[in-house]
Amino acid sequence: MPSNKPAVAGGAALRAVSFELVHHTLGNGLRVVLAPDRSAPVVGISVLYDVGFRSEPEGRTGFAHLFEHLMFQGSANLEKLEHFRYVQASGGIFNGSTHLDYTNYFESLPSNAFERGLFLEADRMRSPRITDENMANQIAVVKEEIRVNVLNRPYGGFPWLVLPPVLFDTFPNAHNGYGGFEDLQNATVQDASTFFDSYYAPANAVLCVAGDFDSDNAVELIERHFAGIRRRKKPVRPDFSESLLIEERRATVVDPLAPMPALALGYRVPDPGVDLHTYLATLLLAEILSDGDASRLQRTLVQSKRLVTDIGAYLGTFGDPLEERDPTRLNITAHYPDRSATDRIIAAVDDELDRLAMAGPEPGELDRVRTKLAATVYRELDQVMNRSLEFAKFELLFGKASLILGLPGLLAEITDDDIRAAAGRLIPASRAVVELIPGGSA
Amino acid sequence: MSPTSARAAGRHANPLPVPALTAPSKPKRIVTVERLLPSGLRVVVVRRTSVPMVEVRLRLPFLSAKPHHLARSTLLSETILTGTERRDRTGLAIALQELGGDLSIGLDADRLLLSGSALSTKLVSLLGVIGEVLESATYPKSEFTGERARLVDRVTLARSQPGVIANEALAQRMAPGHPYGSSLPEAGEIEQSSAPQVRKLHADLVRPDGAVLVIVGDVVPARALDAAERVLSGWTGEQAKHKVAEPPSLEQGPLQIIDRPGSVQTSLRFGGAALRRDDERYPALQLANLAFGGLFSSRWVENIREDKGYTYSPRSALDHATLRSAFLASADVATEVTAPAVLETLYELGKISTLPISSTELELIRQYAIGTMALSISTQAGLASTLVGLLGAGLDVEWLSTHRQRLTAVTIDEIAAVSAEFLSPRALVGIAVGDAEQIAPSLRRILDVDVRAVTTTG
Repeated sequence: MPSNKPAVAGGAALRAVSFELVHHTLGNGLRVVLAPDRSAPVVGISVLYDVGFRSEPEGRTGFAHLFEHLMFQGSANLEKLEHFRYVQASGGIFNGSTHLDYTNYFESLPSNAFERGLFLEADRMRSPRITDENMANQIAVVKEEIRVNVLNRPYGGFPWLVLPPVLFDTFPNAHNGYGGFEDLQNATVQDASTFFDSYYAPANAVLCVAGDFDSDNAVELIERHFAGIRRRKKPVRPDFSESLLIEERRATVVDPLAPMPALALGYRVPDPGVDLHTYLATLLLAEILSDGDASRLQRTLVQSKRLVTDIGAYLGTFGDPLEERDPTRLNITAHYPDRSATDRIIAAVDDELDRLAMAGPEPGELDRVRTKLAATVYRELDQVMNRSLEFAKFELLFGKASLILGLPGLLAEITDDDIRAAAGRLIPASRAVVELIPGGSA
Repeated sequence: MSPTSARAAGRHANPLPVPALTAPSKPKRIVTVERLLPSGLRVVVVRRTSVPMVEVRLRLPFLSAKPHHLARSTLLSETILTGTERRDRTGLAIALQELGGDLSIGLDADRLLLSGSALSTKLVSLLGVIGEVLESATYPKSEFTGERARLVDRVTLARSQPGVIANEALAQRMAPGHPYGSSLPEAGEIEQSSAPQVRKLHADLVRPDGAVLVIVGDVVPARALDAAERVLSGWTGEQAKHKVAEPPSLEQGPLQIIDRPGSVQTSLRFGGAALRRDDERYPALQLANLAFGGLFSSRWVENIREDKGYTYSPRSALDHATLRSAFLASADVATEVTAPAVLETLYELGKISTLPISSTELELIRQYAIGTMALSISTQAGLASTLVGLLGAGLDVEWLSTHRQRLTAVTIDEIAAVSAEFLSPRALVGIAVGDAEQIAPSLRRILDVDVRAVTTTG
């Protein structure tokens, strides 16, 4: 059951939420996190594999994502379409998503489908049914996904597909994670088999269940369905680190569909796995820069100077600040009507960072931003599915599911000086700048 | 065909059985407490202690057929948080952050919706900020001018998206000349709207009489009601009434192609009439929509995605507005398979409107409808949004708790009857935004089409 106990964040008394967490590891190495909560008759089940598009081989861009699709195409005991039908006929919903450093699969179900959900996940961990026919079908589906999200729309893939090749030098960090059509087209069943063998070992995954179940019973059911999956070697994660930038990099991309210019700044940031404190200071800095109408960049660039139509600052590829290992990045993106304003926009961002680096936050500024961030965490944790995904993610990336519950406390330790230092690191020499030039405006 | 399994070794000679469902838990009753304030504002509170937060939704009817209403109401929603008699824009934003709070404004043709959240201990302060905005938003001239220019740019950005072009075209096709016919104002109309006009709109429509306030969270309901009554006591008055006619009934016609040269996909949209949620045949139509294209394991998705690979995310849904409900279906398909995708769509619509669904299908969609209803109200935010939507439509929490029984009672014959009436290809109109030169010739072989250019009035 969730319970509320006092904690201190931002100087004001906040009631932190806490959840009972039970840890268990199976003989085949599968790490299990249980977060029981009997308050609603709902369960969330998620399996995270420690492989994302950062790990896909050269010549196979987009393969981690394609493989995610293939994991839904049937398995040892299930025909094609059956996975979806079993989840939905139970009154549940499902999805999967591919990230830079992991891939997740999840279901939210009424609690009377708990064992069924475990079976479905175990069955594809045991053996997805990957055929030439399913492969061809899902390559076609993924191509339509890329068309709808990237090729057929203005600003498609901006900045997540255009910033990495400028900010990073090595294939794992720089390449297109959605994949080139040629690479996708060349993918084979054999590639899938190799990828599965390398990365989808139980020891390379975390299973987290949250919601309405009894912990002892859950452990028994998990042992029943997952323990028979053959133990395989956990792959060694390569060193993906890159040396820091020594000077600013600039590039332009032309978007034939875009009606107006856009700009993306990508900064190298500290390693969250090594120095979480410093990384969290950067996270709070991003909030100070762009969360809401009182934030620095909104006030200066949108409201006062009226240089941009919108501007945002966020960490990570997709805006979740704590879902990536090193190297990751801070992004600042803006859309604006007048291309000649590009340099003025960059200068205004630099001015604001300089001000923060010199003078630090205004009185109260840091406190209110971290109060807001703590509230955002609580809100996120209200949903059983999110809880399951978040605990699994923190277990996989940080070896500590409960870390998310401790975030308000860790944020409370960040000082004005930490913010000043974080702003001081965001200098032109540590960033890549990509300017999007509209080619569509007549 | 003999599939070459990559994991043949892992397959079981004797397949393992899929575990059966265990006994379902009884759904928890949602207990609401409510009060009608002297101002006419209806306040409804639900206690949910899952996390130390509180969610607030305030819905104001905003439907009007007056000229320029769309531009002015859009500007109102974009500038209502830019200043009050007490605080400027930054001051308001600071006040909200200090509560761990957030306040956003949503607008559609029917309503203005204020959605807020805060740490549950800060409910009174959050209501205070909301009350301050309702009573004394000032729409400062400098903020208004800046936001107006920004809105013109944002509308231009929106209209460059093929999905937006398609949705706007379908709305226009389904409700020409009606407030439901568009959700994006024209640039010229935005530029001609002034701060005094928006202040007048606020004075006319931002009134408590007829509005609904929903509060869900870790709060004591009686105290929350008292707080709402106390804090919002200064907000009074009745809305200036605008009688709006129902949208005209759907006029059949050819598939409308909106030419977007070079488009690598075609954005397909279909729309038709549907039943209101208080209609006794509604549960059957809800399930008919699910069977056709309302979930992944539906006929349309399994056909054009999982079998043919024409598209990534086809989906159909029922949309409920105050004056009408609608059936909507959308799919973005590869340019070269546009005609085949339309053909399969017509096939699935024709099939469900002429042949009954199977009992296996019925059980799947019934459980899906019941289960996902429970999921959607399992969070504070989900429950608050669901409740305010129902209350705004004249339904209540009782409708929600009895809907499960209504879904359970639906028969195959009832689904066949509503499918015949509402899902028949002849009952729908269609839009295709794509490269006309490439898609029109093959589309013409299967149905009537009408080609027009994108209207670039953004």
